[in-house]
Amino acid sequence: MLEELVQILANERDVGAYFRLTLHAPEIARRIQPGQFVHIRILPMRDALLRRPFSVFQAAGDNVSILYKVVGKGTAVLSRMQAGDQLGALGPLGHGFTVPKSAGEKPLLVAGGYGMAAMYLLAQCSPRPGVVFVGGRRRVDILCEQEFRALGWDVCATTEDGSYGHRGLVTEPLVAELRRDAKGKRLFACGPTPMLRAVARIAEDFDVPAELSMDEHMCCGVGVCLTCVIPVKSADGWEYQRTCTEGPVFDSKEVLWEVPR
Amino acid sequence: MNLAVQVGALRMQNPVTVASGTFGYGVEYARLLDLNQLGAVTVKGIRLGPVRGNSTPRTAEVASGMLNAIGLQGPGVDGFIAKYWPFLKELTVPTIINIWGTSVEEYAEVARRFDAVEGVGALELNVSCPNIKEGGAQFGTDCKLLSQVVAACRRATRLPLITKLSPNVVSIAPYARAAEEAGSDALAVTNSYPAMAIDVETRRPKLANVTGGLTGPCIKPIAIKLVWEAAKAVKIPIIGMGGIQDATDAIEFLMAGASAVAVGTANFYEPQTALQVIAGIRSFMERKGIQDVREIVGSVITDR
Repeated sequence: MLEELVQILANERDVGAYFRLTLHAPEIARRIQPGQFVHIRILPMRDALLRRPFSVFQAAGDNVSILYKVVGKGTAVLSRMQAGDQLGALGPLGHGFTVPKSAGEKPLLVAGGYGMAAMYLLAQCSPRPGVVFVGGRRRVDILCEQEFRALGWDVCATTEDGSYGHRGLVTEPLVAELRRDAKGKRLFACGPTPMLRAVARIAEDFDVPAELSMDEHMCCGVGVCLTCVIPVKSADGWEYQRTCTEGPVFDSKEVLWEVPR
Repeated sequence: MNLAVQVGALRMQNPVTVASGTFGYGVEYARLLDLNQLGAVTVKGIRLGPVRGNSTPRTAEVASGMLNAIGLQGPGVDGFIAKYWPFLKELTVPTIINIWGTSVEEYAEVARRFDAVEGVGALELNVSCPNIKEGGAQFGTDCKLLSQVVAACRRATRLPLITKLSPNVVSIAPYARAAEEAGSDALAVTNSYPAMAIDVETRRPKLANVTGGLTGPCIKPIAIKLVWEAAKAVKIPIIGMGGIQDATDAIEFLMAGASAVAVGTANFYEPQTALQVIAGIRSFMERKGIQDVREIVGSVITDR
């Protein structure tokens, strides 16, 4: 983990509200592991002080790239920044995905929208290609398909309005695949919380291991503020664990989806 | 040039520490900065037993600040000593341990437990957390209860006691005097301000706890006034805090009457802030020809 001022090399619209940001961040690029994130201080924001967490999409040489969606004030300001501008970057942060060690297990990735980008490094490190199940509301929400295909992965897309791929939810073709053969499959998921919860249930039904990248509101990013906690099973029942430190990636069996009463 | 200050019996090599709850237990930031450059490390609030804390969402960003209602999640005395003390005791700078309880007896018991731990720098009595149902601010907004807590802790330990006062009072002077008379060696001024924010799309409060404590640069002018008022009321030293982002902010607190300062919310977005503040105080002193940082303390000129 380190803190540095990094320079924007490119910040271009991908499609719709999605942008691709490339940063010159040699130290972070060298250290980043699949599923980890960087915590960005958007310097032009004068009265919004907190950093914003972003998963890393690609890392090559001295550069890292991020695929983000404009969702609020921070990302709106970020989307107007240009090559040459500087950002404060803290990273790599968090506990990422467990990269499969042998080619014995077939990885199945489950992504909601731009959650797919957060699993690119995992796909790149995997000893064998697998399948990415990616879902979105509309066609524009299906991103970086070409990058995964270039790694030799199959991409199975679903959209809720049927404008691209299968019509429906991302979990439907996933269940179909597991029904065909669940043996030797390992799930990795990143996306909205209801999708992650559905993936956890599917993993339990088919008795396959699953790792989930949890998306929580975050403040410090390094484990001190205790903003991003989620309830997780522990020796004495349950405890709050930090998405920024113990996570963002958790074993699906450990996550409790509601705080026990 | 002298930057060292004395906060009761606690000696700090420079007047800059961090605010409880914004710096974890020190170890989390050890890879980002040299903790031994600080005046002291102040850790998150500890009560006797472990605390799970409040439901989420626990924080919300607001203009020039943030709200929090963490609910003092923490490992308790034993958990802290087992997990964090081995690291902290090896630092060359003192550790200030923030403590709290839900009764006068619990405060005293926690103080007694830390009295038996070799190497603790000071205890900071948290009588001002706005985010818990029992304990915290209930002791800091009642002069009689405040006196009882401080006096009970005074009997329980020889460690320097710093009483962290609530801003949520009509006048801080009687509370400052009550803490001083009950045996507190110093004051910390101030804690977060009770506040609230609403998401208009959902009509729900932005915090699960509904209300929380406001911190960050937006509270600085209010905190400066409280430090100035408290400093006039007591002889014991004050650690000033509230929205410090740079050395100029810190010097304002010193001029208002604080002997030392704490960097709080800024740690969340700029972990180097405390070190930058120390360097900035030094260059201010060079520029102004000030030999001793203590010359700045209380040096505000209020006559016209």
